[in-house]
Amino acid sequence: MLDVLSGFVDELRASGLPVSVTETIDAANALSVIPLDDVGALRAALGTTLVKSADHEVVFARVFDLFFARRNISWHVEGEILVETELPGTEEVFVPGKLSGDRRAIDPMSLRDMVREAIAKGDERLLAESAAHAVELYGAVGSARPVGVAYYLQKTLRGLDLESILSELLEALLAHSGNRDRVREGHLGGNLLRNELSRHADALREEIRREIVRLLVNERGAGAVAKSMRRPLVEDLDFMHANGDDLVAMRKAIYPLARILASRLAHRRRHRRRGPLDVRATIRRSLSSGGVPLEPRFKNPHPSRPEIFVLADVSGSVSAFARFTVHLVYAIAEQFSNVRCAVFIDGVDDVTGIFRRASSIEEAIAEVGAQADVVDAHGHSNYGNAFRLFAERYGQSLTKKTNLIILGDARGNYHSGEAEILQRLRRRSHRVFWLNPEPRSYWGTGDSIIGEYAPHCDGVFECRTLRQLKEFVNYLA
Amino acid sequence: MSVAYRFGDIKSVRDALARVGYLCDDAIATVLYLAERLQKPILVEGPAGTGKTELAKSLALALASRLIRLQCYEGLDESKVLYEWNYRKQLLRIQVERNEEEAHVESHRDEWHRIEGDIFSEEFLLERPVLEAIRAEDAVVLLIDEVDRVEIETEALLLEVLSEYQVSIAELGTVRARQIPPVVLTSNGSRELSEALKRRCLYLYLDYPSAEREREIVISKVPEISERLADEVVRVIGLLRSLDLQKSPSISETLDWARTLVVLGIEHLDQETTSSTLNILLKYREDIDRAQRELLGFGDRARA
Repeated sequence: MLDVLSGFVDELRASGLPVSVTETIDAANALSVIPLDDVGALRAALGTTLVKSADHEVVFARVFDLFFARRNISWHVEGEILVETELPGTEEVFVPGKLSGDRRAIDPMSLRDMVREAIAKGDERLLAESAAHAVELYGAVGSARPVGVAYYLQKTLRGLDLESILSELLEALLAHSGNRDRVREGHLGGNLLRNELSRHADALREEIRREIVRLLVNERGAGAVAKSMRRPLVEDLDFMHANGDDLVAMRKAIYPLARILASRLAHRRRHRRRGPLDVRATIRRSLSSGGVPLEPRFKNPHPSRPEIFVLADVSGSVSAFARFTVHLVYAIAEQFSNVRCAVFIDGVDDVTGIFRRASSIEEAIAEVGAQADVVDAHGHSNYGNAFRLFAERYGQSLTKKTNLIILGDARGNYHSGEAEILQRLRRRSHRVFWLNPEPRSYWGTGDSIIGEYAPHCDGVFECRTLRQLKEFVNYLA
Repeated sequence: MSVAYRFGDIKSVRDALARVGYLCDDAIATVLYLAERLQKPILVEGPAGTGKTELAKSLALALASRLIRLQCYEGLDESKVLYEWNYRKQLLRIQVERNEEEAHVESHRDEWHRIEGDIFSEEFLLERPVLEAIRAEDAVVLLIDEVDRVEIETEALLLEVLSEYQVSIAELGTVRARQIPPVVLTSNGSRELSEALKRRCLYLYLDYPSAEREREIVISKVPEISERLADEVVRVIGLLRSLDLQKSPSISETLDWARTLVVLGIEHLDQETTSSTLNILLKYREDIDRAQRELLGFGDRARA
């Protein structure tokens, strides 16, 4: 099926979504029973058949916009093939606005008023319309320059100066509501207003982005634009090279992961072994089958409480990873009561209490940075020293139920590794895992001494992306 | 198999559900419509309290069908999902045969075959929800609730039913479906479901409703509420959900809150009324503190 649908599916796959052949066939079948002129239904039908995880929704939305959110195009099914046709001279299929016919550029002042009204009301039609005008006025999309969506988006937003419109609007609305005291910052009314305005402003930015994509697709074709917009899935991003937006997305993805980890461990606790035969219950139950003990009953095993002790390197060389691990540890600690956490550089400090007290992750990170006493001598990571101090101070609290998880790159600045301490720690605990944020190919190069430690761990994992972290969680279960 | 579809188009799905009190948006309606046309189960995921189970119940109501519900939990096994032999009855049967045998003598071999064929017949079969659903004579909707709670091995039991609509019973052979019932699976995402299961299903992510939809829901479920109060309730809820809370308020909590406000005779939400009724919406001390602080500006963190 060489057509729009297969191009669409190819792009989804190229963006990292696992779309199977069966699912593609389902999508084709779905398209044959829905009205194709209804973009909402088209989107829902493709989404439900092709995308099977909420995490992938973002990618789907982006690719869908590329292929289907275009004007002057209609689709129909010919045989088994989805065909697109251009509708010559017709108005936009679903986005309102009077742009196409007599293109009359709007002047900046009236655009400003329009945007202000759109944001105040949050009206979808108006938002879309003002976005289209804004792009036309400031974006100048369509020149042959090889620049991407982000460039035009920045350019349009800069021209529009959305921030000043927002603050103006907020001022005006607050003044309008009369009593300014009642809507001051931190007050319910003011908060509601601010929240709604910023939501509408986000919607406007999104509309502008979509408008730019639409224009670019008309200019260059969906495939070419798609290629320039391709981003790795959140789960494939490297922790060490993630930017601000990526980190926010990753943080969101971590919480479910911590919950899964917690429930997996709790699950093992309940189901690993059956307890001994419960003679009394078995005989009691056998009465209904005439004294034949058909169904043996077992006592519930004594619940053991699994414990996690996380030991995380927070030194400069892994700072990006460290921030991320602090997130993970915080999320685990929220789910699990039996988690202890220590951080180290060349000294080591227990930060469990800090996590318990902190009401948010930002607070926890700030507190760890400010309070944790992790520098013993130089402030460069020294794994040997950190392990020795750890064993001295916390070795006693490791038991046969403890899973010790070490997070770090094992780059010890050529200090002695003291792997035998790790060996001792392993003997005291249930299992020892090492998560290393470096690519496997770097292991053992330079001052990396992961090779010394590996024999004393139950598992050493490369952990650079959420996907790898997920694999580790699955491995644990 | 009948090809008479019960839903003519997407709009009729929405109308039918609205008649039984479930207000859904076009995306949900499209998925339900496709589920019937493509004869596929629907896998519904989403945060707690967004109406996943309610969707199945309402679908059953709208189709005037019986709802067969399989509540999943850890340790659920074949004998609770598909079928089980009623061994007590089988034992009784053998007992009776033995007594009869004393009366007239028969060759032991024949006797055995006769009893064996006898005790593994439908009479001794206990239908569990999934088998019951595909063998039902009347119209049914099968709800497999919280499928993420079962182990991955148990999940595999469902695969045959969900793709072929049949159940294999070792002693009886394959039981085919008399009808292909609508199947709804729900999951809270406590673990990743297997690819195989996901592939067989249409996927629906039920998020918190949009402000407009939630407002309609509040007005339809709490008819005594004034439009103005409903509007304020939904706005505050929206703001609460944008905070990073441990447990965001669900739709049912929104409704509880709206009802409470009506009962208390509150006509307008302000600092005091919101603050004093927050405990209905939020279930954790930390969340309430946080809401007081960030929503209402109580506490010491008010920025100048």
